[in-house]
Amino acid sequence: MADAAIQGHGHEDERSFFTRWFMSTNHKDIGILYLIVSALTGFISVAFTVYMRLELMDPGVQYMCQEGFMADPCTPNGHLWNVLITGHGILMMFFVVIPALFGGFGNYFMPLQIGAPDMAFPRMNNLSFWMYVAGTALAVCSVFSPGGNGQLGSGVGWVLYPPLSVKEGGYSMDLAIFAVHVSGASSILGAINMITTFLNMRAPGMTLFKVPLFSWSIFVTSWLILLSLPVLAGAITMLLMDRNFGFTFFDPAGGGDPILYQHILWFFGHPEVYIVILPGFGIISHVIATFSRKPVFGYLPMVWAIIAIGVLGFVVWAHHMYTVGMSLNQQAYFMLATMVIAVPTGVKVFSWIATMWGGSIEFKAPMMFAFGFLFLFTVGGVTGVVLSQAAVDRAYHDTYYVVAHFHYVMSLGAVFAIFSGVYFYFGKMTGRQYSELGAQIHFWMFFIGANITFFPQHFLGRQGMPRRYIDYPEGFAYWNKISSYGAFLSFASFVFFFGVVIYSMLRGARITQNNYWNEYADTLEWTLPSPPPEHTFEILPKQEDWDKGHAH
Amino acid sequence: MAHAKNHDFHILPPSIWPLLSAVGAFVMLFGAVRWMHEMSSWIFWAGLVAVLYSAFCWWSETVAENKAGDHTPVVLIGLRYGFILFVMSEVMFFFAWFWSFFKHAIYPMEAYVGTEYVAPTIHAVDPFHLPLINTLVLLLSGCAVTWAHHALVHDNDRKGLINGLAIGIVLGVFFTILQGYEYAELILHEGWEFGGDEFYSNFFMATGFHGFHVVLGTIFLTVCLIRAMKGDFTPKQHAGFEMAAWYWHFVDVVWLFLFVAVYIWGTSGL
Repeated sequence: MADAAIQGHGHEDERSFFTRWFMSTNHKDIGILYLIVSALTGFISVAFTVYMRLELMDPGVQYMCQEGFMADPCTPNGHLWNVLITGHGILMMFFVVIPALFGGFGNYFMPLQIGAPDMAFPRMNNLSFWMYVAGTALAVCSVFSPGGNGQLGSGVGWVLYPPLSVKEGGYSMDLAIFAVHVSGASSILGAINMITTFLNMRAPGMTLFKVPLFSWSIFVTSWLILLSLPVLAGAITMLLMDRNFGFTFFDPAGGGDPILYQHILWFFGHPEVYIVILPGFGIISHVIATFSRKPVFGYLPMVWAIIAIGVLGFVVWAHHMYTVGMSLNQQAYFMLATMVIAVPTGVKVFSWIATMWGGSIEFKAPMMFAFGFLFLFTVGGVTGVVLSQAAVDRAYHDTYYVVAHFHYVMSLGAVFAIFSGVYFYFGKMTGRQYSELGAQIHFWMFFIGANITFFPQHFLGRQGMPRRYIDYPEGFAYWNKISSYGAFLSFASFVFFFGVVIYSMLRGARITQNNYWNEYADTLEWTLPSPPPEHTFEILPKQEDWDKGHAH
Repeated sequence: MAHAKNHDFHILPPSIWPLLSAVGAFVMLFGAVRWMHEMSSWIFWAGLVAVLYSAFCWWSETVAENKAGDHTPVVLIGLRYGFILFVMSEVMFFFAWFWSFFKHAIYPMEAYVGTEYVAPTIHAVDPFHLPLINTLVLLLSGCAVTWAHHALVHDNDRKGLINGLAIGIVLGVFFTILQGYEYAELILHEGWEFGGDEFYSNFFMATGFHGFHVVLGTIFLTVCLIRAMKGDFTPKQHAGFEMAAWYWHFVDVVWLFLFVAVYIWGTSGL
């Protein structure tokens, strides 16, 4: 391709290791850094869950003892359990999924898709990354520093509800609060960067409604981050004041109100759900179009659906709080508003199906993960409509049904999108193709494992098993055991995934083409060599490079 | 470099400041936690110094790049977008304080069934004395900054620019002093407490956080004044000053909301 000649083959990289990876102002390198760190943090966070599922395998407490691992006799260590669920939630929310999808793929591919030479603020981009690392470090410190019950770490749940979070002893909780502050600041700076890049640096001729869907999803996500994360920062600052300076925002004894915290938290927390999933939507759109050999069905409705989801995400927060004693009118409003979200989401799911309809589908690993995403996300979406009913939620609130629901949509939906993206772009980022066999094995292990883990949790929830407990009565034993087997299989698949990545990086087939899929992978990153040179688009792309016309 | 760039965007060389800033932020916050728990405070100060030093070097570099001509028209548009977005995120930060204030103002805890909470007797202050004066001081400061802006843009009048900025800064400092005086009066003589009740919590959080922004804005304006005296700004190239002015007006507007809500409404029931 003409572009490849221009984009500098054989240009030696003269940067030293430290300069390249620690002082980077290059959006591609920063994207890679994000992906690596989020994968490692993800591993820590998943290891927590393996320990938890191990404990939940049988009734009674066998593994999490105050005397140590598997002590006999065993005094249950409920604090450790609480620390693990808190750590798992905070790490996954703030330090794994957002950094991987928004920081990693967003950084690497959004500028490429819109034909920008780099981000608008390349130095600030690196600040976002390092603040994310600083936040992760604070979060890990929090787990290992003096906390409540005279033990290490804080066990208050990722939502950090007062009064528990205010009363938790030690300073672990304060470190966790600052960890969220720092990661929030990192995401806000990232969002500012993405929005500016998107608005100001699109290739000549690329009007807003010609921008590829992934870039659109990053743009909308950025707005959600920009407008919701500062509100969270406010809420946890109030927590900090309550904890350390005798303020009483959330203490009824001083006229404060703990429910206020829940409102402010979920005003952030619900957009957060879409922050997590929207970039995944973007990746899935490109993957499905590519492997169906058809342009994505209904580009414009897809864009407007993303925007609609983003807007609606701000006005439904209290459906997380049906049981706190809101008036019936409030509950009715939040119920209706929540159900409305199913409409744009449905537009997206049906558009993906319509994209595949009549296409010639290739069952490559990214497409398999996209199928997995569609299935898991739809199951989670359907249980979401169930949970949106305030009346039904009376029974389901804080049960394993909710756990199953949000793992299906957020974690599995988002994580399958991440894996789909990793395999889709692996060759582009590394210059070597992933091992198809390894990726397929990874997919099937993970798909089966994830479903065995979380599907039974619907049953447990319907039977009334509450979430967030270290132990349960005999009656819940059967499905818990099966759920644990699934968790171990999923964990094995995650370890296997690291193996696939390392093997593919060392032994994978070298890629010589710019576009190693087909002509329906038609965005600008596919006009560049694999991997792209240090600086891309030093000559801005021409309209015929990307405007294939068939996208509309 | 093998290939010259062929566009107007700004491609930056590698930089150490992001890494240093983040390390500084980590050290500062870790130290802050130790300090809040009655351990030594020096770690916090060390981190703060690292953050401030990085910020200073980073922004000095930005100014130097501006002088070197890296800030083409399209880059300047980007910088403006970025700053407006930053201010929007700040607005959302204040959103949280206002949410808390309005919640407690509209649904005070006393109204809840079964509550044992009794609001303390709080010595009422008249919002139309010192707070009104402070409002006028801050608005006047905003006017002075706008005067400076007009002097620069319409007349390329550097003297007007410097005078306007100087008056704006002096009034900004005056606002901070008056606010400090008010705090001292309230706490030492009127028996107000720093915390202990939702009223004090909301009052000091909202006004205190605003005061912090006034200080930041004053520093920002002071940097602009120094740059103006060095002759950095032209009617076409003065993005730094423009941003300082936006920030200052943002601080103004937040104050107006604080004045109407926290001062007038908040103290009306006392």
